[in-house]
Amino acid sequence: MKRVSLVLTLAVAAGLSAQAASAQTLKTIKDRGMLSCGVSQGLPGFSSPDDKGNWTGLDVDICRAVAAAVFGDATKVKYVPLSAKDRFTALQSGEIDVLSRNTTWTLSRDTSLGANFTGVTYYDGQGFLVKKSLKVNSALELNSASVCVQTGTTTEQNLADYFKGNNMKYEVIAFAGADETVKAYESGRCDVFTSDVSQLYAERLKLANPADHVVLPEVISKEPLGPMVRHGDDQWFDIVKWTLFAMVDAEEMGVTQQNVDEMAKSDKPELKRAFGTDGNLGEQLGLTKDWVSRIVKAVGNYGESFDRNVGAGSKLGIARGLNNLWNKGGIQYAPPIR
Amino acid sequence: MAIEPRQPPSQFVAKLQRTLGGRAGWGGFVLQLLFVAALAWICYEIVANARANLQAQRITAGFGFLQNTAGFDVSQNLIPYSGSDSYTRVFWVGLLNTLLVSAIGIFFATLIGFLVALGRLSPNWLLSRISGAYVEGVRNLPLLFQILFWYLAVLAALPSPRQSISLFGAFFLSNRGLVIPKPIGDPGFEPFIVAVLVAIAVSIGLWRYSRHQLFQSGKLIMVWPYVLGLLIGLPLLTALIFGAPVTFEMPVLKGFNFASGSRVIPEFVALTLALSTYTAAFIAEIVRAGILSVHKGQMEAGSSLGLQRGSVLRLIVIPQAMRVILPPLTNQYLNLTKNSSLAVAIGYPDLFSVFAGTTLSQTGQAIEIIGITMGVYLLISLVTSAIMSFYGWRLSRSLG
Repeated sequence: MKRVSLVLTLAVAAGLSAQAASAQTLKTIKDRGMLSCGVSQGLPGFSSPDDKGNWTGLDVDICRAVAAAVFGDATKVKYVPLSAKDRFTALQSGEIDVLSRNTTWTLSRDTSLGANFTGVTYYDGQGFLVKKSLKVNSALELNSASVCVQTGTTTEQNLADYFKGNNMKYEVIAFAGADETVKAYESGRCDVFTSDVSQLYAERLKLANPADHVVLPEVISKEPLGPMVRHGDDQWFDIVKWTLFAMVDAEEMGVTQQNVDEMAKSDKPELKRAFGTDGNLGEQLGLTKDWVSRIVKAVGNYGESFDRNVGAGSKLGIARGLNNLWNKGGIQYAPPIR
Repeated sequence: MAIEPRQPPSQFVAKLQRTLGGRAGWGGFVLQLLFVAALAWICYEIVANARANLQAQRITAGFGFLQNTAGFDVSQNLIPYSGSDSYTRVFWVGLLNTLLVSAIGIFFATLIGFLVALGRLSPNWLLSRISGAYVEGVRNLPLLFQILFWYLAVLAALPSPRQSISLFGAFFLSNRGLVIPKPIGDPGFEPFIVAVLVAIAVSIGLWRYSRHQLFQSGKLIMVWPYVLGLLIGLPLLTALIFGAPVTFEMPVLKGFNFASGSRVIPEFVALTLALSTYTAAFIAEIVRAGILSVHKGQMEAGSSLGLQRGSVLRLIVIPQAMRVILPPLTNQYLNLTKNSSLAVAIGYPDLFSVFAGTTLSQTGQAIEIIGITMGVYLLISLVTSAIMSFYGWRLSRSLG
């Protein structure tokens, strides 16, 4: 990790990377024939490799969807696993084209890093994981606890705010990688592991006895997670942004991986616009007319991706909650494709 | 004292310089000037290019971030620190943690290294074999592996705070570290410190006087009973007059952890153990080589004067061996300091972890932070080298 960030820093410093300052991300990617996508080092449900080395997850589906929109082939992605503290440097230096790595959207990140958030793939919040044997029922009972946290995250700062705000003492032990953090929690170095709730459920699956651990009810922060792209290329910003919107809109219009070909023939005006049989919205983005059907064929609509990776159809079994569509009780809402 | 020349013969040096292209006169000067100019131009290009790229992408640049609030906590701070302090404070906290682990690591590495080297040279078969096995075992395993071993295999196996191992009801060892009673200064504290300082100063004076007498008249004065009496008696006397210098706050288990007392965190223990045992293996070999480089005749001469083995080593062999030992020993000290940045693997909050790690990722200002961090490690290394060079210079003067 040390070496990576140093090399990346030097790369930024020397301006070695050709596309760092140029505004031609789409062309660069097409010439390269590959999308370079920054993901986590292994977080079940969001981005993790299986035993054959294939990456899956909600964040990975964004990479795949963008690749499908650009190349018509969702497999043309090079995944770059990044630790929390190296992720922004990798994006700044041009090593990756998109950062899709459960990253919380905050003002300071949006303004000072030379990068933009393109939307929210998952509305999350920070919670606490503890051993059941401690018999703790609320985060307010955690006074004097030792807390394990991954360094370089918003989590680390929320933690400080929460304990200070509630006049509680604690000891923080911060690790560079998620795996080290969980291992320290498991070994008993800490009483509590804190992170985004979705991550707590995912990491709990990796513990020896998941049933011995419980996620406390308190959610202490807003953590809207989303993909990021570099400043300075608005076309590329639009492409990544509208890839997610297309997935959400597809769910709203009832377009699924199964019925996409059938729906493409529909003569409903909104579907005709989305599938490019009327107008050239895809080409305005710099893509092809059939960009929406390419995306949905590759990864399905937002709801399908959610269910498959983190929702009812996955081991995590997380309820849709806030991440349901706006007209079904959630807050996922995409601007119209027109 | 006849010591073989250690400088290479001057003819050899001249030949080496000719081979490496050292030129005399104006031609050489102009070439060197051109080289420096080219180097300066490359540096300028790198800086200008970086600045242009940063501006083009609107990445925040400059050192203003150092005044911003850090907003995160650190598990070990030698100076008062809380999340509402600035990144500058984080920098100092991290730097002090690095210096602490390096200084203590260097101390123990040197101690263990010298002992193992002497053990390996010992005529005692078992001792020399055990020392040899230690050196070969420890120096051939990766350092990161050893750090993780101490942290995850040894320290994590300790019981939880509620079941901690207790010594005299005052020291508690658990997987949260070692908790010890915390000394709190009482009114008798200042006189006590003054007494200790006076006792030390007088002891040094006595020792110097005895050496002077030894060299001048060959009279051996036993000073240690007086020194011992001074060091114990004087502080004890002040304590009786002014009252106890400190009281101890006993560790009390409250909630999840010990609420009072001082605590040594396991990350610090694991890192110190790994760094000092690992570096000690290298130091042992350096010291052994240094001692073997001293001519056998020196030792025999010492023995024939009637000195004991320990005195021969201390007074004759080691001072001569030191000039061979010193340069590679300095290298090991520098390595240990730089290796302390592996702390990031076990969550010890050293400079690299809290500043080049957390601060970098929160502010995104990679160039500034990596630049500062590189500068600091460079400075620490140069200062260490300077101290060791000074020591070497004094040593060579005293050897004549």
